[in-house]
Amino acid sequence: MLEIKNLHARIAEDETEILRGVDLTVKPGEVHAIMGPNGSGKSTLSYVLAGKDDYEITEGEVLFNGENMLEMEPDERAAAGMFLAFQYPIEIPGVATMEFLKTAMNAQRKARGEDALSIPDFMKRVKAAANHLNVSMDMLKRPLNVGFSGGEKKRAEILQMSLLEPSLCVLDETDSGLDIDALRVVSEGVNKLRSPDRAMVVITHYQRLLDHIVPDVVHVLSKGKIVKSGDKDLALELEKNGYADFVDAA
Amino acid sequence: MPAVQETIDQVKAIDVDQYKYGFVTDIESEKGAKGLSEETIRFLSAKKNEPEWMTQWRLDALRRFKQMDEPNWARVSYPKIDFDDLYYWAAPKSVEGPKSLDEVDPELLATYEKLGIPLAEQEILAGVEPKNRVAVDAVFDSVSVVTTFKEELKKAGVIFCSISEAVREYPDLVKKYLGSVVPVTDNYYATLNSAVFSDGSFVYIPEGVRCPMELSTYFRINEQNTGQFERTLIIAEKGSYVSYLEGCTAPQRDENQLHAAVVELVALDDAEIKYSTVQNWFPGDKDGKGGIYNFVTKRGDCRGKNSKISWTQVETGSAITWKYPSCILRGDNSRGEFYSIAVSNGYQQIDSGTKMIHLGKNTSSRVISKGISAGKSENTYRGLISAHRRASNARNFTQCDSLLIGQECGAHTVPYIESKNASAQFEHEATTSKISDDQMFYCLQRGLSEEEAVALIVNGFVKDVIQQLPMEFAVEAQKLISISLEGSVG
Repeated sequence: MLEIKNLHARIAEDETEILRGVDLTVKPGEVHAIMGPNGSGKSTLSYVLAGKDDYEITEGEVLFNGENMLEMEPDERAAAGMFLAFQYPIEIPGVATMEFLKTAMNAQRKARGEDALSIPDFMKRVKAAANHLNVSMDMLKRPLNVGFSGGEKKRAEILQMSLLEPSLCVLDETDSGLDIDALRVVSEGVNKLRSPDRAMVVITHYQRLLDHIVPDVVHVLSKGKIVKSGDKDLALELEKNGYADFVDAA
Repeated sequence: MPAVQETIDQVKAIDVDQYKYGFVTDIESEKGAKGLSEETIRFLSAKKNEPEWMTQWRLDALRRFKQMDEPNWARVSYPKIDFDDLYYWAAPKSVEGPKSLDEVDPELLATYEKLGIPLAEQEILAGVEPKNRVAVDAVFDSVSVVTTFKEELKKAGVIFCSISEAVREYPDLVKKYLGSVVPVTDNYYATLNSAVFSDGSFVYIPEGVRCPMELSTYFRINEQNTGQFERTLIIAEKGSYVSYLEGCTAPQRDENQLHAAVVELVALDDAEIKYSTVQNWFPGDKDGKGGIYNFVTKRGDCRGKNSKISWTQVETGSAITWKYPSCILRGDNSRGEFYSIAVSNGYQQIDSGTKMIHLGKNTSSRVISKGISAGKSENTYRGLISAHRRASNARNFTQCDSLLIGQECGAHTVPYIESKNASAQFEHEATTSKISDDQMFYCLQRGLSEEEAVALIVNGFVKDVIQQLPMEFAVEAQKLISISLEGSVG
């Protein structure tokens, strides 16, 4: 589903190289965790996949279902099924969460040549998804992410993810800013979305998220490269020994 | 929000030129002589069959105008206007006196249909009251061509007609109120208007009457080199209520056209006037050529106790806008409101805001202004809040937000606050923000296109004000804002 080959990327503004040859293959149905210390390039990888134009690709390629993803605009990637759950979700003042959901869903449907959702159909979907994530109607009426608590922001991200039904989900530090209860709710929401034709890339600092969202493969990213891959036990090992061994190895 | 989607579709359907009302109506028209002189005024006054007192009133204003200087404190710049190179009277030949709908020139009806203004009075189906009926006074260049629903309004005691007709038919009311809110010598453009005002609307709501439908006036400038000088007077007697909407468009022309209007509102005890404007004069082309100079004086007088006047404006047009709809809060416990969305793009210059003059006790006012600047435009909010020394417990809340799109535009906020009474409480909040790259990226990541993202963010920004508009115009206003911002990103 996702093939990253020798990906090099730098910050467009000051040409600092962040990604230095990332290789990663994710198949449908798989959940991959990417761990690594601060500054290893985890968030950059997620932004580059989503197409943020603060970064320049200097080498390598990214194929999404066999297509060159680097040539697609961010909204085209979204319509093709790529979703990024932001570490710091952005506030959109004056735009009710509900309204944002509808606009996003219909924008993607339109890009795929589908009809807009009818209001009852839309409401039915939102209510079902919101229910699973403990999202109240009151929250849906508030402007998106404005004044949301850390937990509300992350739940709103996963709510969007479940309604937009992407085939590739990239979750950037979804556990940051969550207390234990919120972490459980969010993780359950993510687990519900695991399916044989959906792939996930979960980016995190900490092993604790992986207790809830159990990955098939764990990768360690250090200094812009994947330096080690293994099964879920690798995460436990990291938790015990820290990143030091791998940072030195890189 | 369906409006967002509609907005996008509309924006896409429009080609390079985004102003869709730029067409010219080919109609035989009669003009007065060029230039500003006593003859011009006598000609104009005679054309309108005005009584002598009106002619004298105008001539007095002209004499005073000749002694005044053009104001230059606003943050706008334009070449000097040659008032002797303008026509002050232009009217379609077919219009002579008040007419019923079936006598109106079909060419004019077609023009208004093209503009989307309903002039037909729909028949009331047996037992079914059609929703959202609006009575319209249609002003074309210097004359009112038709006023709809007049008879029905009359049954409720409401007078709704052109100001020219009011001068002839209701001289006592006109004499009593004309110039009582905006004095003849109030300011340069108001004085000019007093001398040469052509047409506009007159509304009188009798005591205790709630006007049974929305009233609106639709202004259209068609002729070349012709100024439009509309004059509107609305009087709400004790305990009455009226909601009034004004709309404006003009053809796309290379040269600038002058529009200098005066609007006076009078609210007596317990009366309420809600005045909404959707201003969409031709803003000039993408290089800043042409467009309307919009120099307008709008003022409401809360003359009675517990009266209320509310201004709501959506400003997307004009090359230059200079206007400050204001409230004089004279009556005790009276309330003034000003809600504004001012959008500037291209080379447009806006210097607009409000004045809330607190004179009575326990008066309150609220100002919400949203300025959106794009392209190379300059957008200034200028507002005065003042409390007279007798205005105990005066309250004001002002919120003034500016949104910048792109790198070459400007937003400015110039608040003036004067309080001579220690018990007055004035609050002023101002913000300036940009549509951030992060907001754009977030929306794009969710599948919105760039245009959709801007429309969504802007609609969110102006929401507080849009909510104040009469329902049927809110969607229209949202579309208009997005069209005005077309091409402002990327």
